[in-house]
Amino acid sequence: MTEPIISIRNITKEFAGGVKAVDNVSIDIAQNEFFALLGPSGCGKTTLLRMISGLETPTSGQIVIGGQDMAFTPPNLRPTNMVFQSYAVFPHMTVEQNVGYGLKVTGVPADEIKTRVADALEMVKLSYLAARKPDQMSGGQRQRVALARALVKRPKVLLLDEPLSALDAKLRDDMRMELTRLQETVGITFIIVTHDQDEALSMASRIAVMDKGAVAQIATPAELYEHPNNKFVADFIGKVNLLDAAVISQKGKTVTCDTKAVGKFAIDTDKSASSSATIAIRPEKLKLSAAEPKGARLVKAKAAVKDVAYYGNTSNVIADVGGQELEINVQNDSRTEGSGVERGQKLWVSFDPNDALVLTE
Amino acid sequence: MSAQLKPGMGPLDYARRPWIIALFVLSLIFLYAPIVSLVVFSFNIDKTGVWHGFTWMNYVKAWNNADIFAALSNSLMIAFMSTIFSTIFGAMTALTLWRFRFPFKNAYEGFVALPIVVPEICMGISLLMFFTYTGMMEATRDLPFPLNLSNIIFAHIAFSFPFVTVVVRARLHGFNRQLEEASKDLGATEFQTFLHVIVPFMLPALVAGALLAFTLSLDDFVITFFSSGPNTTTFPVKIYGMVKRGVDMQINAASTVLIVITLAATLIAMKLQGPGKTGH
Repeated sequence: MTEPIISIRNITKEFAGGVKAVDNVSIDIAQNEFFALLGPSGCGKTTLLRMISGLETPTSGQIVIGGQDMAFTPPNLRPTNMVFQSYAVFPHMTVEQNVGYGLKVTGVPADEIKTRVADALEMVKLSYLAARKPDQMSGGQRQRVALARALVKRPKVLLLDEPLSALDAKLRDDMRMELTRLQETVGITFIIVTHDQDEALSMASRIAVMDKGAVAQIATPAELYEHPNNKFVADFIGKVNLLDAAVISQKGKTVTCDTKAVGKFAIDTDKSASSSATIAIRPEKLKLSAAEPKGARLVKAKAAVKDVAYYGNTSNVIADVGGQELEINVQNDSRTEGSGVERGQKLWVSFDPNDALVLTE
Repeated sequence: MSAQLKPGMGPLDYARRPWIIALFVLSLIFLYAPIVSLVVFSFNIDKTGVWHGFTWMNYVKAWNNADIFAALSNSLMIAFMSTIFSTIFGAMTALTLWRFRFPFKNAYEGFVALPIVVPEICMGISLLMFFTYTGMMEATRDLPFPLNLSNIIFAHIAFSFPFVTVVVRARLHGFNRQLEEASKDLGATEFQTFLHVIVPFMLPALVAGALLAFTLSLDDFVITFFSSGPNTTTFPVKIYGMVKRGVDMQINAASTVLIVITLAATLIAMKLQGPGKTGH
């Protein structure tokens, strides 16, 4: 990796009363990345973003932006700009004045402000609303104003705090595409804070999953989904079935374990397992069949379908497998019969151990 | 007979009921009849309470009455000065209370509101004693206009600025702190943020507070009565003196002028904070 544009080093933020909102976090973010801070509410992701912007100061640690430690530089002197969750568009200014504000207060000449504001509005497709006041605009339009207002400053890093949470579902999808497109056009680093895993997975090039103030894992979306480091990440990103397993033996990379739900099987892992482990398997990697599935490697067990939830393209089946409820995702690939799975059916469930993952803690 | 809704009538369409309309008209008469009669009789030829014909004479007489004119210009000068200073002090107090945390803040906040609840007569007497003991009453007596009004202006600032504080504080309560953060994030200093973001947000409250201070000052009698010297009569005090000596339609004329001034100020203020200027 080349020299990171932002290097967060051992940042800790302790609030009054000794609560650590952010606990010894270190992250390097490269030029041009679309980076997501993902986690449940209260995990410290917003506090971390605010420390990058300068609106909050850390208790200890360094925030190096463009090669310079800026942990205690006030926000107006940092090369970062933020898109706020409430958009924070100035209500008494027109769209044009809002976008030009950051240039005006820093003494950019008037004619340069004019062209840069026009370009920025063009970029977010708002030129036709330049003279409007924010109270005559929709939430989506106000968000574009907030975006243009931040981008017109040409920051090294654009910070986005839950930018899509206040939009309705359809608009949110459009805006996701739009943000990705914008990031590619302007070529600056985006850091987005979100609690929505779909948002992070679909937009970000890399994601830091945070839990209780600490980083649980930093990886690309596919890595996070297929190779979660621990139970928290596996459970937080997507849906997962967790099977408690007793470890019988480990030979090299192969572990033989015994689960209550699907019995004994061997599985490969990089980790060294102790006496017990958790086997994680995604719902779409479990297969249902009426006849006993064939294949020496397959792990199989009998399943009783307890419930079927219909989602259009897929259905989620809840089945009782050896006393544990497992979630199985099936395709509705027939227009007349759907997935063919109905409540009360007795079927076989199976999976390839290569599709499962051993989690050690 | 059970209650029936008429077609097209909403659940809160009480205004169509005759007795409500009657009550509404009666309230209006009760509130405004005295004022209307005051204005009407300012154009009366005769001094009695009977209409004898239209004339502008009362206005001409009042205008040429040096005492009334002096009292009115005193009042306007006092109201003007006290409005400016109480708006500034009131807004600053409100900002301090909104922005900072400091020891005994709650007690301080209570003390600020005290002049609103303390009986005017008590405040008047305490100010009289204060001005007398500190020698300010003597010191300002012979100063040229408008410095001879200093004591009254001080007194008026003292009782009007808490009203401004209350109004501005209420407005600031609804301020989205992210606007302030956004301003700083975009490169503005504290002062630029204050000037370009916080002041525009406060503006409607500043206008409303200033208007309140202006009208409070203009018609104050009790406190002014106690803090004015022999040569510094204000309009309300002057009218009180004239009424004691008998009814004169000049009073009506001068009062009408006062009503017009306050109405005009209110209309201008409402225009200033019209839609689009407030914003949320």
